[in-house]
Amino acid sequence: MAKIRGAIKVDVEKCKGCGLCVVACPTSVIALSRDVNSKGYNYAYMEVPEACTGCANCGLVCPDSVIDVYRVKAGVEA
Amino acid sequence: MEVKDIIKEENLVYTKSKILTDKVFHYCPGCSHGVVHKLIAEVIEEMDIQEKTIAISPVGCSVLAYNYLAVDWQEAAHGRAPALATAVSRLMPDKYVFAYQGDGDLASIGTAEIIHACNRGENIVIIFINNGIYGMTGGQMAPTTLEGMPTSTSPYGRDVKLAGHPLKITDLIAQLPGTEYVTRQAVHTPAAVRKCKKAILKAFQNVGKKNGTQFIEVVSTCNSGWKLSPVKANEWMVENMFPVYPLGDLKG
Amino acid sequence: MAEYRLMKGNEVIAEAAIRCGCDGYFGYPITPQSEIMETLMLRKPWEETGMVVLQAESEIAAINMVYGGASCGKKVMTSSSSPGISLKQEGITYIAGAELPCLIVNVVRGGPGLGTIQPAQSDYFQAVKGGGHGDYHLIVLAPASVQEMNDFVALSFDLAFKYRNPVMILSDGVIGQMMEKVKLSEYKPRWTDAEIQKISGSWATTGKTPDRDYHIITSLDLDSAKQEIFNHKLIAKYKTISEKEVRYEKISCDDAEYILVAYGSSSRICQKAVDLCREKGIKVGLLRPITLFPYPTKIIQEMAKRVKGFLAVEMSAGQMVEDVRLAVNGKVPVEHYGRLGGMVPTPNDVVKALEEKLINVK
Repeated sequence: MAKIRGAIKVDVEKCKGCGLCVVACPTSVIALSRDVNSKGYNYAYMEVPEACTGCANCGLVCPDSVIDVYRVKAGVEA
Repeated sequence: MEVKDIIKEENLVYTKSKILTDKVFHYCPGCSHGVVHKLIAEVIEEMDIQEKTIAISPVGCSVLAYNYLAVDWQEAAHGRAPALATAVSRLMPDKYVFAYQGDGDLASIGTAEIIHACNRGENIVIIFINNGIYGMTGGQMAPTTLEGMPTSTSPYGRDVKLAGHPLKITDLIAQLPGTEYVTRQAVHTPAAVRKCKKAILKAFQNVGKKNGTQFIEVVSTCNSGWKLSPVKANEWMVENMFPVYPLGDLKG
Repeated sequence: MAEYRLMKGNEVIAEAAIRCGCDGYFGYPITPQSEIMETLMLRKPWEETGMVVLQAESEIAAINMVYGGASCGKKVMTSSSSPGISLKQEGITYIAGAELPCLIVNVVRGGPGLGTIQPAQSDYFQAVKGGGHGDYHLIVLAPASVQEMNDFVALSFDLAFKYRNPVMILSDGVIGQMMEKVKLSEYKPRWTDAEIQKISGSWATTGKTPDRDYHIITSLDLDSAKQEIFNHKLIAKYKTISEKEVRYEKISCDDAEYILVAYGSSSRICQKAVDLCREKGIKVGLLRPITLFPYPTKIIQEMAKRVKGFLAVEMSAGQMVEDVRLAVNGKVPVEHYGRLGGMVPTPNDVVKALEEKLINVK
């Protein structure tokens, strides 16, 4: 059975750390980093990347269009 | 499977619209404006109408909207965007003309312009961002500020005896025979964003039919003005704004 | 073949607009200029030339429609009278700040406030010195006949597009309401899209094509250093306009000892006053500024070297007289005569004022 795997790429410098993607993620993949970007924002990142399904909810709610979402059908892993 | 194996061009399913420029939004973190800008950009891109779109920006937080969407823009005087849009649409009837306005711009200083443009049934799209506050000038009371809601000019909460009632202008607009499609949306959840985009798409598609004005209110947050975090602002909006400004189609 | 008609000044503004290829008129009724929109609505130019005519919900909306239309590189105009022009000032300053071409017609009535519906020239300061907020000027043309009401419409659009600047025809209730024979202009077609691209394609919002960046029409710059540069650009433009576009008429000035300075309907009264003075043996001439901005400062400076005095005659409490005084700069006396509140002086009133204020002064 094929499994859907996803991943996100955040434009770290443009992320303002609003956290809306964090609550929008149904599989609790995203968190705000303890590090900050050059503007001092705690940017979003994948804390639990293996849980990402590439549903794009984070991208949809992102006010700054800084999240690219990737999705792939992967085989069942051993 | 490693993340690096997933993040490949051929697997990209969601990215920034090509109509959006590379400029960083000047909006506060979590501001609804950014989401709505993006949705308009996506609709313009999907309908392939970049060359036919003329946009009008207001005075308010979104005065600089012209920095973010790569279409021809006119920046209106406060409240007058529907008047500009009227002329553009009449003089260039094959264009897709939209005016983007906030609640102070549309429902206070520009009440006459919006009511009459809609009443004439101008062939334009109005995007109305209602966050119940003047964001740009620092959080003053707006016509749509809720009863009891504190702002910098209603520091003890809006007193309706002093300042009148929250103006449900979209309900008034829906009464006008000139409007074809009047809806109230939000962008606080992925589902709401999808619905709002559908509404914007419908409005722009309707422009081609020339049956009247398209009016979309987006009940929005102003987390800076409301002095809440972006996430808390969304919760506050659901709890307090939606009962007064319920979501859904009012007409069309 | 030339077409002559007996027409009202206001009516001819409408006719001239249609004939010069105007794309849009946006107005709101107010006395004494309502015939402009009435004539247009009766003529239905949208069937003839495709010109858009719209009665707006207010003067404010009308000028902002002009703002929107001008932003598209279209030939657009509005008209009103004094209280309505005050309402339009917000839009006019945005248009000036965005450097857009358009025509605004003011058929002046007496003020302040609601004032009167009778003719006056008390909007001179407002028209010539800016009117709204910020450092800007309109190009201001002052017609003195129904013929000039006709001629100045096309001229206004020519100047507006040449300099990307709003132009005002500053008329008054006399010129707007009176009927005279007028030679109408030939029909010129409205600009095609290709012509608009050629004339205004570098800035107009006609839709972003792949061959160019997107256009922004705005009067906003939050960077004050950039705004200052823009202000200097405007000042340079006004300087060029002042050097190249001054228009005036001289009547019997060559041997004159006294000069009447008057524009619009006052200049017609003064023309008669010049004749009356000459009959009495007083050598009087008339300088009629046709452009009020730019003002014919240089010719007044030259005249000041050889005449005994100037009398500015205007139906106001003394507005244009300040520009005469600036030009004369104290070399000879400059006096003012005017009736107010919608009252119109007679030629004899002017002669009497000249004698009292300049000639018989001890």
